[in-house]
Amino acid sequence: MPSIVSVDNLRKAYPGGFEALKGVNLDIEEGEILALLGPNGAGKTTLISTICGITVPTSGKITVGGFDTVSEYRATRDLIGLVPQEINLEPFETVFNTVRFSRGLFGKPRNDAYIHKILDQLSLGDKKDSKIMALSGGMKRRVLIAKALSHEPRVLFLDEPTAGVDVELRKDMWDVVADLKAAGVTIILTTHYIEEAEAIADRVGVINGGQILLVQDKSEMMAQMGQKQLRISLSEPVSSIPDMLRKYDLEMAEDGSNLTYTYDTKGERTGITTLLNDLAAAGLIMTDLQTKQSSLEDIFVGLVKETA
Amino acid sequence: MNIYAVLTIYRSEMKRFFRTIMQSLISPVISTSLYFIVFGAAIGSRIDEVEGVSYGAFIVPGLIMLSVMTQATSNASFGIYFPKFTGTIYELLSAPVNFLEIVLGYVGAAATKAMFIGVIILITAFFFVDLSIAHPIAMIAFLVLTCLSFSLLGFIIGIWAGNFEQLQLIPLLVITPLVFLGGSFYSVSMLPGVWQTIAMFNPVVYLISGFRWAFFGVADVDIAISLVAIAFFTGACLAAIWWIFRTGWRIRQ
Repeated sequence: MPSIVSVDNLRKAYPGGFEALKGVNLDIEEGEILALLGPNGAGKTTLISTICGITVPTSGKITVGGFDTVSEYRATRDLIGLVPQEINLEPFETVFNTVRFSRGLFGKPRNDAYIHKILDQLSLGDKKDSKIMALSGGMKRRVLIAKALSHEPRVLFLDEPTAGVDVELRKDMWDVVADLKAAGVTIILTTHYIEEAEAIADRVGVINGGQILLVQDKSEMMAQMGQKQLRISLSEPVSSIPDMLRKYDLEMAEDGSNLTYTYDTKGERTGITTLLNDLAAAGLIMTDLQTKQSSLEDIFVGLVKETA
Repeated sequence: MNIYAVLTIYRSEMKRFFRTIMQSLISPVISTSLYFIVFGAAIGSRIDEVEGVSYGAFIVPGLIMLSVMTQATSNASFGIYFPKFTGTIYELLSAPVNFLEIVLGYVGAAATKAMFIGVIILITAFFFVDLSIAHPIAMIAFLVLTCLSFSLLGFIIGIWAGNFEQLQLIPLLVITPLVFLGGSFYSVSMLPGVWQTIAMFNPVVYLISGFRWAFFGVADVDIAISLVAIAFFTGACLAAIWWIFRTGWRIRQ
């Protein structure tokens, strides 16, 4: 698939000397949902701001739809919609007017029917004449999305769209994102909720300390996560794994007091029953069994710790 | 040129003005009437004429200038400061617009509002004094240029200001004194010698003098110098704004 956003060796150093981005490389494919996971201060917002043109890069190159974000900023910004992390809205303006303002600002001719359509899609139809200050936090977030979509962008950046949002609204937001993807919009969202990335992303990128540590297909990650480990504690330590148990690919603890079996929970057969039978047949006596599942969280925490 | 963006900013700014149309128009009408009562009637009755013009009529150009300059500055500074304050500036910075388009939208709207108020004061003045305008085209040109240049200045103040106090600081500490000392209610030639020389360093003197010339055909300074002064002032503001957007000073990191 062609990449719609391409970030090449992007660096951003602030005047105080703080380096928020340290050579980021990232390719975002057209039509995908990419979740950028990272702790606070990892550089997620700086990365997004730089792609959108709010922050000026220190060095490196970004292209959106093949256009350079600095020299051809009109073309790139035309393609991009941004939903910021903070709820930044003019409190005295009405919902409809603020969305119409955004459309005009992005150089699109007035199209009230289109704005009505977006508002309905985001369940804001009956709030269109309300003043922003009269809306709940969740509603305001939807208004921000409506504003970002007002000029029909092909790429949508959602900076922590569900931070501080209740569970129900978070699910709603995920539905909105799924609808947008179905409409062909490429979506990049930042989050520090791992379950959010699991729920909606096609690919997951992990960012920390201004660097992208990993970008991987979610399904590949899920495959890793689908693996479980069974730890078998033995009453008598063994010096080596008996021959008849070789086919299970067991790992033996250094002191031989326990064995670990890795299996796929999604497989047709986990092989646990035959393993336990074979263990008994080999004359090994088990004192305890423990299972452990590696989660995206483990992978994430592991990666982030390595770079800390 | 992203003409839709310019019009969008302009309309949204004008809408703010019309939303508060009563305050926007009534307050200059009331304050102008008060000036006429205090300066025109009370003080003016003891001053016969200034440079051949009745005192009540003489203060009209200065009065218009005073309102136009303060209104243009405060409108433009608030216009660009407010998005900074609410955080909606992110949208402006991520939109496909360049500095000229942003300036055209905000400064254009602020200048239009100031024009409105200037015209309202002029109309009010006709109710109080006998007034004839010697050079109507020059009068309009001076009014437009003053609205524009002070809106540009206000725009710079709005970008510079970090809080509401700073937003008021320059208009209060610099512009109002300069206008009062710029011969709005008197002729600079009425000042003692040293102060006349000092007054020549006040750029507002040139604007008010030129504007008054458009009304009565008499001026403190040569009309050509007035024109050069206002052109220079406008140019300086434009250059400052161009620099601000080029470097991202106080708006883009």
